[in-house]
Amino acid sequence: MKKTIITVVGKDTVGIIAKVCTYLSENGINILDISQTIVDEYFNMMMIVDTAKATKEAAVLSDELTALGKEIGVIITCQKEEIFDMMHRI
Amino acid sequence: MINFREVAETNAMIQKENLDVRTITMGISLLSCISSDLEELNRNIYDRITSCARDLVKTGEEISKEYGIPIVNKRISVTPIALIGGAACKKPEDFVTIARTLDRAATDVGVNLIGGYSALVSKGMTAADEMLIRSIPQALTETERVCSSVNVGSTKTGINMDAVRLIGDMILETAYLTRDRDSIGCMKFVVFCNAPDDNPFMAGAFHGVTEADQIINVGVSGPGVVKTALEEVREADFETLCETIKKTAFKVTRVGQLVAKEASKRLNVPFGIVDLSLAPTPAIGDSVADILCEIGLEYAGAPGTTAALAMLNDQVKKGGVMASSYVGGLSGAFIPVSEDQGMIDAVEAGALTLEKLEAMTCVCSVGLDMIAVPGDTGATTLAGIIADEMAIGMVNQKTTAVRLIPAYGKKVGDQVEFGGLFGYAPIMPVNQFSCERFVNRKGRIPAPIHSFKN
Repeated sequence: MKKTIITVVGKDTVGIIAKVCTYLSENGINILDISQTIVDEYFNMMMIVDTAKATKEAAVLSDELTALGKEIGVIITCQKEEIFDMMHRI
Repeated sequence: MINFREVAETNAMIQKENLDVRTITMGISLLSCISSDLEELNRNIYDRITSCARDLVKTGEEISKEYGIPIVNKRISVTPIALIGGAACKKPEDFVTIARTLDRAATDVGVNLIGGYSALVSKGMTAADEMLIRSIPQALTETERVCSSVNVGSTKTGINMDAVRLIGDMILETAYLTRDRDSIGCMKFVVFCNAPDDNPFMAGAFHGVTEADQIINVGVSGPGVVKTALEEVREADFETLCETIKKTAFKVTRVGQLVAKEASKRLNVPFGIVDLSLAPTPAIGDSVADILCEIGLEYAGAPGTTAALAMLNDQVKKGGVMASSYVGGLSGAFIPVSEDQGMIDAVEAGALTLEKLEAMTCVCSVGLDMIAVPGDTGATTLAGIIADEMAIGMVNQKTTAVRLIPAYGKKVGDQVEFGGLFGYAPIMPVNQFSCERFVNRKGRIPAPIHSFKN
């Protein structure tokens, strides 16, 4: 299992989750957990995904998700779990 | 499992508070390149650097994308060139050919700076050391990416005043040769006391002779993160203040540790150290001076500044050491003037003087950094300022450094513009009284005694 954290932040609109999930399924990425809220009409989502069977390199996924975010009008980041583990767990 | 709040906190640090990894610096030993034939030496150096650092920039960019953390600079440090060129170089111009080779190698592998055009002369200068020092003005004028440093003193050896005097002349010459670009050459030169062998930060990085063939050192940053954290504890007591700084420094350093380990693994080069420095940039909010203001000063330089800085520096280290298995380099808060908007504001408001900066360097890394002084400042005055700063390092067993820019043709009230990460600097006034007789004495200042501490 290779856990990666995807966050999506931006103005709420129709189909954000659908578009992100479609991209993930097309690239062999399994979703483990999703949490999502709307704060002041702003969409906040965090996904924990498994990229062990992903068909693309991590850096490429990150680039393509950033581009997808621009298309939808939200900011998408895709980061390996270790950066959060290192920072928040001793 | 990582939760929403933790992810949001990390990403706010990166996106809003300028958290980044300031540099991945690959140290490369050039000892195997030595030859008595200058052409062969240059060829060896070029081949060695371009083969060792071939994947440095690409790897840095990959790590940056995968973890979503900006890695601002990818750099190289090499063995002090005075040692490498000694056998082949017969005159200062010969050393300049090596500077050009370093520049070309740096350009070809895509790093923005390469450090190590250096000499270690804390006790005495060899003929090669002196030639290298004399070649620095030309070398810095003719190259874009080469950084130079000279270590002129240490706690164990004292201060080599002959070298200090020579460097005073040389800084002025560099300022003159690059006069059409605001004396920018001086920005790439730093003079040290107790220079560390594993410093990843420019302009003072070099790959010490105590180091392995290759090494990865990483410098983190994050003044903005510390400042934001302190905004939450504005009226709190010192204990809370210190705890907050420590916790933040821990988090920032962990990112550096992660990036360093990852870069080391992917490049198959041993991990050296993480440098815990709080390194500011001219970006708004990425300022060490702003942290001092948040702690409670009107401007950096106000009474209380040295105490606040001492505390900040200590807490950063205390938080940082637990976050990394190996800490080294300069590790402390940097207080460059031109690279820190809060410092520039303090100078312009009249709150911060050269003398106060000197006092501040007693309690933090690294020294009088990126300070523009009038172009008509004399060589002996520059040497005197350097000697003062070196003495602080020597006596306090710490690294100190001086990077002064005597901006040609400029006077107090003017500004110099360096661009990018280096920012701009107001010209600061210098004490006008002479130290000529002192500086012109030959020889060295003996090493200090380390008993009877007072």
